[in-house]
Amino acid sequence: MDQHITIDWTSCQAHGLCAELLPEHITLDEWGYPLVDGRPIPPRTRKRARRAAADCPVLALKLTEERAPR
Amino acid sequence: MTTLFTDVYMSPRLLAPGGTPADLSTHEQRYGPLSYGDPATVLRTLAASGLTGRGGAGFPAHRKFAAVADAARRTGRPPVVVANGAESEPASHKDRTLLRLSPHLVLDGIQLAAEAVGAEEAYLAVEDGASYLESALAQRRDPLRVRVVRLPARFLSGQASALVQYLSGGPARPTHPVPPVRERGVGRAPTLVQNVETLAHLALVARYGADWFRSAGTPAEPGSALCTLHTAGREVRVVEAPFGMPVGRLLPLDGASAVLVGGYHGTWIPAAEAARVPLSPAYLGAGVLAALPADRCGVTETARVVRYLALQSAGRCGPCLNGLPRIAEAFRILAGPGPQGRARTDISRWAGLVEGRGACHHPDGTTRLVRSALTTFATEIDAHANGHCTATDRTPLLPVPAEKV
Repeated sequence: MDQHITIDWTSCQAHGLCAELLPEHITLDEWGYPLVDGRPIPPRTRKRARRAAADCPVLALKLTEERAPR
Repeated sequence: MTTLFTDVYMSPRLLAPGGTPADLSTHEQRYGPLSYGDPATVLRTLAASGLTGRGGAGFPAHRKFAAVADAARRTGRPPVVVANGAESEPASHKDRTLLRLSPHLVLDGIQLAAEAVGAEEAYLAVEDGASYLESALAQRRDPLRVRVVRLPARFLSGQASALVQYLSGGPARPTHPVPPVRERGVGRAPTLVQNVETLAHLALVARYGADWFRSAGTPAEPGSALCTLHTAGREVRVVEAPFGMPVGRLLPLDGASAVLVGGYHGTWIPAAEAARVPLSPAYLGAGVLAALPADRCGVTETARVVRYLALQSAGRCGPCLNGLPRIAEAFRILAGPGPQGRARTDISRWAGLVEGRGACHHPDGTTRLVRSALTTFATEIDAHANGHCTATDRTPLLPVPAEKV
């Protein structure tokens, strides 16, 4: 099953750590909030993705099996 | 004050005729008895009817019902039903009109919905009119007790996750939508949130069947919807109209330059095009339609509404918190005469940055309105850049509540 990055926008405070850890999937907008490319995380990147999720100071980055329903 | 022309466009289904509120005996006389005890048939009939949500998103009602019932089976928790009568959109009057004229239709729908999903708790959430609804409830002998809850009057109070959080004892602000409220809502139980008009339609679908419901509307978009119509110089009207009817038949468009379809999260459409556009749940939102006269300024109207929408942001999600006030300020510049700098390109860029990047649809709806205004009023915005506005009448068309200081 494909893994995707989901941001909990109510928690994210633009620390920007995720963009440093996963630059190929995440860049920052002009206010410092993550812009996620939406592509599934390939197996070789999953370990770093898990670290990005665990290292987010407010735990706003989640790895989900599918894209978040909105 | 809202006036009613209930039977101008079709024989009225939902609104009691003559603008007189229907008490329980009038209601029973008009619609006949409602029988309980067969949730499977209710679900099947609901699916066959093709009823979609009337709160704005237009999601198929039976799919939400099925998802909630399924989550209840999986978790072993009895679900909660929430009838959403918040109607926090200032231009919409249809839910409060429905609740005032035909409260028992909504209350029937709540009981049917609760039975269909096996709920043991039910709420009716409104901004005002709570005591009137409580006295309507007191007339009935319902299987399940319904609690009427007063919501704070804010644009986002009626957003499903905000409503659920409020009923769970928190503030009425949207939350991260994972897991969705249909899985984990009020008190962490699977929760069915349905607009009050949707529930009123359900009360009729359960009585008269899917074929009856589908006798209005089109095969692909069956049924009818309550619409709030804004025409300059006339009272606001609530009407019931079938899907598929051209907007131009519903709203007088003589002398109009554009129509706002779908309210403050909706779309500005040039009047000539709007006249032929059929009413559709895809873009009708909560049913607000407003005709902008050619002698008024659509850019100014949009700037006022966008400022209101920016102020109504719950302020929880960074892109919305940062983007909407900037978009609103840039729109204020476009609304005035004179040099506009980079306002237009800034708005387009910020719209892209807020869209899809929040817990709720507030940024998405706001950018829909903003983008449609940039397109529909492009010529007027050019005129403003050259120092003049073509409007001669400055009376505001769209209602925006006074700002608290």
